[in-house]
Amino acid sequence: MIVTEDLTKRYARITAVQAVGLEVREGDRYGLLGPNGSGKTTLIRMLLGLVFATRGRIEVLGLPVPRQVKQVLPAVGALVEGPGMYPHLPGRTNLALFDAAGPGGGRRDRRRRIDEALERVGLAGIDRRPVRAYSLGMRQRLGLAAALLRRPRLLILDEPTNGLDPRGIREIRDLLTELNTEGTTVLLSSHLLTEVEAFCSRVGVMDNGRLVLQDELSALRAPTGRVVLHTPDGDRVVALLDGRVEHRDGDRLTVRHRTPDDLNAELVTAGVRVVALATERRSLEQVVLDATTTSSDRVDRGPA
Amino acid sequence: MIRVELVKLFRRPRTYVITGLLCALPFIVAVFLATTRIPPPPGQGGAFLSAVLSNGALYPAAAMALVLPVLLPVSVAVLAGDAVAGEATTGTLRYLLIRPVGRTRLLLAKLVSLVAFVLYAIATVLITSYVTGMALFGSRPDSAGVALPADVTSLSGVTITPAGLAWRLVATVGYITVSMLGVAAIALLLSTVTDSPLGAAMGALAVLVVSQVLVTLDAAAAVRPYLPTRYWLAWVDFFREPVLWRDIERGAGLQLVYLVVLLGAAWANFMTRDVKN
Repeated sequence: MIVTEDLTKRYARITAVQAVGLEVREGDRYGLLGPNGSGKTTLIRMLLGLVFATRGRIEVLGLPVPRQVKQVLPAVGALVEGPGMYPHLPGRTNLALFDAAGPGGGRRDRRRRIDEALERVGLAGIDRRPVRAYSLGMRQRLGLAAALLRRPRLLILDEPTNGLDPRGIREIRDLLTELNTEGTTVLLSSHLLTEVEAFCSRVGVMDNGRLVLQDELSALRAPTGRVVLHTPDGDRVVALLDGRVEHRDGDRLTVRHRTPDDLNAELVTAGVRVVALATERRSLEQVVLDATTTSSDRVDRGPA
Repeated sequence: MIRVELVKLFRRPRTYVITGLLCALPFIVAVFLATTRIPPPPGQGGAFLSAVLSNGALYPAAAMALVLPVLLPVSVAVLAGDAVAGEATTGTLRYLLIRPVGRTRLLLAKLVSLVAFVLYAIATVLITSYVTGMALFGSRPDSAGVALPADVTSLSGVTITPAGLAWRLVATVGYITVSMLGVAAIALLLSTVTDSPLGAAMGALAVLVVSQVLVTLDAAAAVRPYLPTRYWLAWVDFFREPVLWRDIERGAGLQLVYLVVLLGAAWANFMTRDVKN
């Protein structure tokens, strides 16, 4: 679906994106993570032919970008850095104008497609008010509707849940899951770990313009070889397992052990009461923090 | 895309506010002239203004002479400066481009919509000023022909037929449109360079003001024939009998050269530009 090789974008002094080899496969739910300013947006803009690369190769839907971007884009729906709408016009008119502006938007079924897209994003009942009067969340939904208007094969969404409340975020996630099961590939960029963790199957992490990590979420969140145990008999467990308890925080103990079932059997045989027991996995947060260095919006004082 | 641009132009309240302002200026002037009946001394004041006192049918031409030097170019510069930079500011530029709308096509549609605006604005001014002129000054009783005014033609008393007046007005509209396109091209170029609509409009106006100042400056006589505003008022020559083509031809030619160069530069810049907002 999307392949980039050695993709680099250099502005006058800074290198925004450096030697990125992104690979999004058909049917993926790809989550692009990274701190603010790590180059996610520049990367996405290059995929869409908005920003031209300094070096490297981009292929989207099997065609080279930006050379054949005109053939690629009709099958792509995108939300880049917040929705862009004409503020003095109503939402429907905005969608109709954008639909009429380019190819692949038939005039006959435009109304139906607009209604369908609005229904999907939960805006079926919007009135004739201009977009200016919409809330941030409504605009975000409208932007998403615009991206869905022509049933794209590939959705590229930059921070799609910006400005939405928790319920809205959940609704959008459900919508994206539904679209994905219908066959739409989704590339989602976000700095919200929970969002990516809840939705994505594959994760790329950017830091300082580089793609420092790209793997299946399940692989990244591999077991750490430890088991987290909740028990009211903490002291007895420490005595019983001797040096294998690595950490203790009241009733919560971290035990070095390969599988929780063997550990459970061992504890129960010894008469230890077990409240809960689970394999410890690396949290996505830990993975990302390990892979990245610092937020670019943090400005520290340099050495004097 | 052109249709979309036209819808955007005519569904925007500001289009009507600007046209309203353009129509208001000749109307105000007409009210003052009609109440006081004091004509500007010959050779001073707007062209045709003293003539309209005796014949209201000439007022559209006088209205053109009133809006052309400042108000119309300012409006065109504001709209053209907003063309690309404004889309960038509202964040709609990126969505148009990924729709996808080709960059060349987008610029072309913007240009067509600017031409549409100029024609619409001129037409509205002509119609309202004709109505104003007829209502406030009335037409000559012998309406078989229109006498060309003495302050325009060196020969007084020459009359032209209504048909003659009509084609002269059409030609005038065409000439003014081409002149305004020159303004639009400057603002459009700047609009592709900066993301600030105000900056682009300001830049274009600065160019026009400099040009206007240099036109009147004898020390700058060497560059005068190449200044974009030099031949702006040459359309007045359509109202001479016979029509004096020299300045009209030069003016149109000059504007065409400016158009090709500026639009070419705008296109080249826009094609290679990173769209970052």
